[in-house]
Amino acid sequence: MSHDLTDIKLSNAQIAWRAAQDIEDGAYVNLGIGFPEMVAKFQPDGREAIFHTENGVLGFGEAPAAGEEDWDLINAGKKAITLMPGASFFHHADSFAMVRGGHLDVAILGAYQVAQNGDLANWSTGKGGVPAVGGAMDLVHGAKRVAIITDHVTKKGEPKLLETCTLPLTGVGCVTRVYTSLCVVDIEGGRFVLREKLQALSLEALQAVTGATLHLDGAVAPLTAPSV
Amino acid sequence: MDKRMASLADAVADIPDGASVMIGGFGGSGVPIELIHALIDAGPRHLSVINNNAGNGHVGLAGLIEQGRVDKLICSFPRSADPRVFTELYLAGGIELELVPQGTLAERIRAGGAGIPAFYTPATYGTELAKGKPVGEFDGKSYVQERWLKADYALIKAEAGDPLGNLTYRMAARNFNPIMAMAAKTSIAQVSRAAALGDLDPEVVITPGIFIDRLVEVADPQQEEDLNRQEAAYP
Repeated sequence: MSHDLTDIKLSNAQIAWRAAQDIEDGAYVNLGIGFPEMVAKFQPDGREAIFHTENGVLGFGEAPAAGEEDWDLINAGKKAITLMPGASFFHHADSFAMVRGGHLDVAILGAYQVAQNGDLANWSTGKGGVPAVGGAMDLVHGAKRVAIITDHVTKKGEPKLLETCTLPLTGVGCVTRVYTSLCVVDIEGGRFVLREKLQALSLEALQAVTGATLHLDGAVAPLTAPSV
Repeated sequence: MDKRMASLADAVADIPDGASVMIGGFGGSGVPIELIHALIDAGPRHLSVINNNAGNGHVGLAGLIEQGRVDKLICSFPRSADPRVFTELYLAGGIELELVPQGTLAERIRAGGAGIPAFYTPATYGTELAKGKPVGEFDGKSYVQERWLKADYALIKAEAGDPLGNLTYRMAARNFNPIMAMAAKTSIAQVSRAAALGDLDPEVVITPGIFIDRLVEVADPQQEEDLNRQEAAYP
């Protein structure tokens, strides 16, 4: 990515903030391990989502203070969590019934690559070593919306939004919206449809760092996020 | 009827070489560390182990693997804060890995316990983990056929248990334990508190005693996270 894009792009926290603005009050939400966990911090005032973690908790809250951890109360990333009023516990088969059974409203996950038909690659870089999939291949099925938050390009500057994924797939045609450091796109009819972009960025400059055609369907809104 | 065993050693004494063993837990929560250590002491080899992970540090499942007792591991996520024991053995070709998505692993175990030989799931469709598996189309969408998973033994951890094997769990330590208890020929529970018959409210029992064969009390069980902070190793 060129220097000017590095200067204007949203930080990970800002991407997470933007994704959080689309989560309705009372939505049941699963956040992927790592970067997506930040989304929980940015819920708009007056809205409370109920967060699901694969290992059997609905309605968890922030991490406890250091020294207050209870290792029987962790999230899928094996980090200590706390409970919100109204939380519940359940076993692993019920937990994934919530996922595949269409009971979650939103899953927000990270990505290595997303294709214009909604294919997602986010579990393996295909380079050997010890393969590990966890719940990634289950989580992409069943939630009413599967959203991705990601930098627009890789650390090497290569596009992550592509015509076809080149890395091993996590799921086929599963992604519905992508929030990147430069724009917000929906996946509709096998195409990327541009909904928002940074105002300082021209459509041409955005297209130049995107590996598939960005389609327009009505006005493109400015992508903005506060300093968070 | 009284399913209580006198000791951890008695509870696992008959697990033979080549057995398949489900071990409950997710990360360190709900891991029956003391039962696993008793299994290490008992000494069977060539085990096939089913667990969500592949051990952390040098205790519990990592200790069992480090002692060379496990030929095959079926899991979803063989990574942890300190996965060296499994990683080094796997990369050296010393242990077989069957990688199963977490929800599929849970449902295969549930199906094993429920007498359902196969089912279809959307997970893995179109990915390399679906290779060789039958695909079916239902209402216009494609699904992958997965088979039940059963085991000779299950080692599980629960909070309270009565002499009939009725169990309650503690918070997210429930995870795979109730479904593994259903899916093994012999299910062995370590409980942090032995309850007298009639002391557990039937309304709060999560695992009915029909799924449990043996029970042993381990008051104040060790937690994997604490052991790893102390850089413990077993044996």
